[in-house]
Amino acid sequence: MSITASLTRAWRIAADIADPELPMLSIADLGILRDVRWEDGTVSVLITPTYSGCPAMSAIADDITAAFAAAGIAPVHVRRVLAPAWSSDWITPAGRRKLAAAGIAPPTPGSAPIACPRCASMETAMLSPFGTTACRALWRCRACGEPFDRFKCH
Amino acid sequence: MASSSIVFAGPPLAQYALRRADDALLLGHRLSEWCGQAPMLEEELALANIALDLIGQARLLYAYAAEIEAAGHDEDQLAYLRDAQHYGNLLLVEQPNGDFAATMLRQLLYSAYAWPYWQAMERSADATLAAIAAKAAKECAYHHRHAALWVVRLGDGTAESHRRAQQALDDLWMFTGEMFTADALEAPLITAGIAADPALLRPLWQASLDETFAEATLIAPADGWMQQGGRAGRHGEHLGHLLSEMQYLQRAHPGVVW
Repeated sequence: MSITASLTRAWRIAADIADPELPMLSIADLGILRDVRWEDGTVSVLITPTYSGCPAMSAIADDITAAFAAAGIAPVHVRRVLAPAWSSDWITPAGRRKLAAAGIAPPTPGSAPIACPRCASMETAMLSPFGTTACRALWRCRACGEPFDRFKCH
Repeated sequence: MASSSIVFAGPPLAQYALRRADDALLLGHRLSEWCGQAPMLEEELALANIALDLIGQARLLYAYAAEIEAAGHDEDQLAYLRDAQHYGNLLLVEQPNGDFAATMLRQLLYSAYAWPYWQAMERSADATLAAIAAKAAKECAYHHRHAALWVVRLGDGTAESHRRAQQALDDLWMFTGEMFTADALEAPLITAGIAADPALLRPLWQASLDETFAEATLIAPADGWMQQGGRAGRHGEHLGHLLSEMQYLQRAHPGVVW
């Protein structure tokens, strides 16, 4: 296989790995998979954290190593890059659809109204600016009464 | 023995990163002390989330300091094996949590400084510090918003919450002066465009506090005697107690891992 074909295959393997805290999204959907490249005779997978203290980074690195080992590619070098900094704009359109389907309101900028991911009502209010993970806030729908997570616009 | 104290001997750039790592780690640790004791569930999540962001910033900065020092130290050793006099944090962040008002006032005073600080650092001539800053600036902006909301609610709340918020502000004010000074180690880094000039941050800090205090009906104390020395390793007694708890495990069981 040519290097290009190998890297295309390697990208597919990496892009298939689920985020541990948002398992409905792959790390490619979330925009934290930055590159898969050939460096010094090994495959390098470049990932970036969502938040400085994102505790999922180590788990993701382990998952990448395991997925490549299962595909017969070893060793693989997982490298963390910081620049350019991740923002919620890096979430792909597919990722946004998957978030909404899972009941998590996708990020919207500034003070734009937030639609309830369950009933689509715009009668929603924030309960807490911090939620179950670093990337989420806790909201509530006044129409259907359900609480929901909102992906922070960051 | 691996639990013996280490002394960091990196060049000025590494020392500079280490001091900022110390700020973030100690404030993060202080906030983590609220775990299981916050006044309500939402605040429990908020304080733990803010702590997580700060400890994450600290890890990036420690890792960078260790990389420059190139003496074989890692981020854990820098956090757990240095003694109090080798910590270069601001005195503000080592202050005890006190009541919830004191915690929120401390958070406001720090994040009103850290937000413009990290914004300025996004333009640092040092690419790694600039990259860390790009994340930290957004995180500290979010922390600032949260602290400001609480300070307004407490200051403009009941007579008791107002009294406690004002007391906390009065007690903490003397620890804010050193945020805007630079010593001989940092001055050349400012000239080189690597470090943000703290003197330029002061008006931004003051303006954002003025806005919050006006809404909170709190009075900023007059600038009197300011405590200094945190960057030089001269700390209050509280830091020793904090480190004895934070470092206990690594000191008692050298090299232990989860």
